[in-house]
Amino acid sequence: MGYVAVKGGTEAIEASIERLRYNRLKGERHIEIETILATMKGLVDQVMSEASLYAPMLAALAIKQSEGNMEEAVFTLRAHRSTLPRLYYSEAIQTEDMRISRRISSSFKDIPGGQILGATTDYTHRLLDFDLLIENQQEEKQWLQHYKEKIDQLREQPSSQIFPKVVEYLRKNGLVQTYVDDNREPFDVTKKSLQFPANRSARLQTLTRGQTGAVTSLGYASMRGYGQVHPNVGELRVGMMPIHISSPHECEEEHYYIGAIEVTEVESFVPVKGASEESEEALDFEIGYGMCYGQNETKAIAMSILDQCLQHPSPDFPTHDEEFVLLHIDSVESTGFISHLKLPHYVTFQSKLDRARKGQKGE
Amino acid sequence: MTRLHHFAFFDEGSKKEIRRTILKAISIPGYQVPFSSREMPIARGWGTGGLQVTLSIIGKDDVLKVIDQGSDESVNAVNIKKLVEKTTGIAITEGTAEATIIQSRHRIPEQPLTEGQVLVLQVPAPEPLRSVEKSERQTKILHAEEEYSGAWLQLFEQIMKYGQTKTGADHPVYVADRYVMAPSPIPRFDNHKMNHSEALILLGAGREKKIYAVPPYTDVRSLAFEDYPFTVESFAEQACHLCGSTDTFLDEIIDADKDKVYYQCNDSHHCLAQVNGAIQGKGDISYA
Repeated sequence: MGYVAVKGGTEAIEASIERLRYNRLKGERHIEIETILATMKGLVDQVMSEASLYAPMLAALAIKQSEGNMEEAVFTLRAHRSTLPRLYYSEAIQTEDMRISRRISSSFKDIPGGQILGATTDYTHRLLDFDLLIENQQEEKQWLQHYKEKIDQLREQPSSQIFPKVVEYLRKNGLVQTYVDDNREPFDVTKKSLQFPANRSARLQTLTRGQTGAVTSLGYASMRGYGQVHPNVGELRVGMMPIHISSPHECEEEHYYIGAIEVTEVESFVPVKGASEESEEALDFEIGYGMCYGQNETKAIAMSILDQCLQHPSPDFPTHDEEFVLLHIDSVESTGFISHLKLPHYVTFQSKLDRARKGQKGE
Repeated sequence: MTRLHHFAFFDEGSKKEIRRTILKAISIPGYQVPFSSREMPIARGWGTGGLQVTLSIIGKDDVLKVIDQGSDESVNAVNIKKLVEKTTGIAITEGTAEATIIQSRHRIPEQPLTEGQVLVLQVPAPEPLRSVEKSERQTKILHAEEEYSGAWLQLFEQIMKYGQTKTGADHPVYVADRYVMAPSPIPRFDNHKMNHSEALILLGAGREKKIYAVPPYTDVRSLAFEDYPFTVESFAEQACHLCGSTDTFLDEIIDADKDKVYYQCNDSHHCLAQVNGAIQGKGDISYA
């Protein structure tokens, strides 16, 4: 009887895990962690971002273990995160200090410091490159050598990697309000559960660890009409941010450099009705903010849209409803609950069946 | 490379934090206390709330029983047991009476629980008002004001439409005359076991990040009207085909080969105990 099979518990699980292992090994090919790190940066970045743990090596391990299954890799890395005590909070970072590898504005052609394209697939043709089927290591080495020489020549001209923010231009023109720094202790969504209404720090934290696809979809929905935000990308920058911590045990305020993380930051310009009383027509700009680990530009832009949506709550649009957005974009939560439908539901179904039969009989 | 995990997976700080939440939950019966639910090595929606409660209260002398839909051998129960065993090394049992902690999904064991035992229920949807109010912010206010018209109206509408309430499992209960609570999707058959339970009942919702509790000897009433009293699932006077019980929650088993329907106790340990008792010639099983 089928029933017995689903209660085959322990042995069935063990056999299933064995099969899983077999499937991973049967091709008799191994991928090294170093290979993943060197060739799958996009995947590593997304896993770190959605797992909210900046650890490229562990992310690569999670990818290897999960055979490249994104939701599994994020899940595994998040679970690992639960075993790590939180020892410090880092000092606040100023993204003006970012060592830029890419930085563009789609709002202004000429920005102080210039547009830096860096490495991007944006202007490539997405044609399958069949040359990659057989790569010639010798040729690649030569190409690398050649490229390095070219770069070294350029390096002789000194250039800075630090750039001013584009938004400062709008500020100077009085089109964006100047705010005083909000130095209140941020809400920590990993130490307390999200409460509503959520403050902006909690919202931003939840958005940045959101599933890339979910954040992108909801940001897209807002632009298509299920929301009111359709922004301009004021500035998108990708680069390394130095991280410092201060030791609470030292008498003097000492700061320690503990490393650098790569992030993508987006400041979107969103036109809003001016606050000035003289004219309702006057337009002001507000900033939608997006930031995530690694180079993950679509997600950061979508995050900036949703940040701005949630700054203007409205019952008319789901993308402006913080409970709708924040409670449904987490990869571990959504994939977990959807997949739990695979668990047996005999008792609950029996209970429903009982009601349905009684309904039929007219009891 | 084997890696040694900390006792019961979590670091001690996390456990302490969850225990504080549990204490608050016990102090306010039926009230959903938010907590910073951790990501676990098993999936959200697969019992992570119950698991976090279990791991934060478990000690080296505890004996654990885990059931899923009444079965000790169900795949997810096995999986959870394996994880707890691996990270704690504590004793695992199938015996309801021997266990100090019983983690369960969708059932309360048939054998009455006793003082000193803790029943940990896994909860998928802790908010009993969610079907009438989607906003978490609003439901919090409704609970604070003890404004449960929505829950009552829902039952009333069912009676108007179908001549009876249509709740399956997870029929809401009133706890200590104050909070309306989702008992987790236990069948209505199990609701009365919560009322004045000798064992402490802890309910953990991992994905929804809530813990709540029914302390021992607390009033728990199923929502119902005087003229439409609360009813439980009935099995048309069927008996378990293995142990002959007529007073237990039965699973309906279809034997496709013979095109026949069997009924069998859902609580597999209870059924086995009945069968063993009968073999040994004991009419009754002592659960002392």
